[in-house]
Amino acid sequence: MTSKIWTSAAFAALTGCVCAPAMAQTAGMSDRLLLTGGVSEVEGAAGGGLTPWALIGGYGTRDQLGASGYYTHVDTDDYSLESFGALLAVNDRVEFSISQQRFNLQDVGASLGLGSNYKIDVTTYGAKVRVLGDAILEQDSWIPQVAVGVLYKDNNRDTLVKSLGADHSDGADFYVSATKLLLAHSLLLNATARLTRANQFGILGQSGDYKPEFEGSAAYLLTRKIAVGAEIRTKPDNLAGLKEDTAYDAFVAYAPTKNLAVTLAYADLGNIVVGDQRGLYISLQAGF
Amino acid sequence: MRHENLFMGDQIMYRIYRRTNLSVSLAALAFACTAGLPALAQTAGATSAPTAPTITDGTRLFEDFGGKPGLVKIMDDFMDNLLADSRTKPFFAPADQAHIKAMLVEQFCQILNGGCVYSGKDMATAHAGMGVTEGDFYALVEDLQKAMNKNHIPFASQNRLLAALAPQHRDIVEK
Repeated sequence: MTSKIWTSAAFAALTGCVCAPAMAQTAGMSDRLLLTGGVSEVEGAAGGGLTPWALIGGYGTRDQLGASGYYTHVDTDDYSLESFGALLAVNDRVEFSISQQRFNLQDVGASLGLGSNYKIDVTTYGAKVRVLGDAILEQDSWIPQVAVGVLYKDNNRDTLVKSLGADHSDGADFYVSATKLLLAHSLLLNATARLTRANQFGILGQSGDYKPEFEGSAAYLLTRKIAVGAEIRTKPDNLAGLKEDTAYDAFVAYAPTKNLAVTLAYADLGNIVVGDQRGLYISLQAGF
Repeated sequence: MRHENLFMGDQIMYRIYRRTNLSVSLAALAFACTAGLPALAQTAGATSAPTAPTITDGTRLFEDFGGKPGLVKIMDDFMDNLLADSRTKPFFAPADQAHIKAMLVEQFCQILNGGCVYSGKDMATAHAGMGVTEGDFYALVEDLQKAMNKNHIPFASQNRLLAALAPQHRDIVEK
């Protein structure tokens, strides 16, 4: 598992160290407008906090590379979730991401006989391709930017998640996202449909058949650098006796420069094994 | 489909054109939702008028920009920004800056329903052969945003203008 974390870190370092000089040889870098790469969602793709968007991460244009790394911490009633990773974007077209979700059971771990602060690690490998439209530039058209993507989740607690009823520890989500900036209204809208069988974002493995789930985000632009918004994400409910709910959040994202973004949110993840999980979400993103 | 000779006097024809364009877009969206065809990216509305259409829903917008004197001040700051920005400087340093500023005032005044008539070249002609990249285009938008911020133009009003200008990328940015 540690090697996977280091893979993530190495990837983040690589995107920063290798791509930056490569970029310097091209016409420029980071030329897209502030916040138009979204932030890093909890599974590592560019998006809101809980859901991927059709926007490609980083600030690279159709002639440029982009990259970002992030660290997110969510502190709920009974657990904490850390997520960190990096993405590389090519020509505002394709996005590759790798990230780690570290779910800390805190005292629940002890009560389940797993030990206090027992952790479940999920490594997520993501790829996203923009297939249609331009959310930002095509302001006289209703056609949104559309992207398709995959998120493969590798869970390190095979025995545990199977004992809780999961069929598999690992599995892939497939999604299509449509994002539109309604600039005349300072409003960004996103809708994502996801085929998934992941239990609790994949933290509790994979069960049952693939089902379509819906995710939506709305963000209002207050200034060039600040957006506020809310999100919803429906989830499957496949584990007997361990009810799973829809997740929500309300957020404010602040990008003082193209190299930095801070997102603060209040998230309600619904029931996770022992009760409703609500709490603060903070995320830092650095990139270009 | 090009409309090089579509002048603002011909409002009715323009509106019909816009409406047709919208229904084509909606039909394409419905089709895209059901069939999910990537190729439809090519069919997204492609206008090429001398400048963007006038925003006619309400009269406050032109006032938000301080009328014509406000636009003149914004263009002065905008040009300063363009010349200070290494990405845009190569395009504007050798150009007739006073003329560009005057044409931009006229163009924005027309778009903001300020009663002006833009007398300059259409965007495709004005930018032909300049090799403007998408990054250059965004750099210009940023420099304009900074100039509008400096002149305390309400952010929502800025975005209404930028939304009207954004489709010009089709005539300005070279693929």
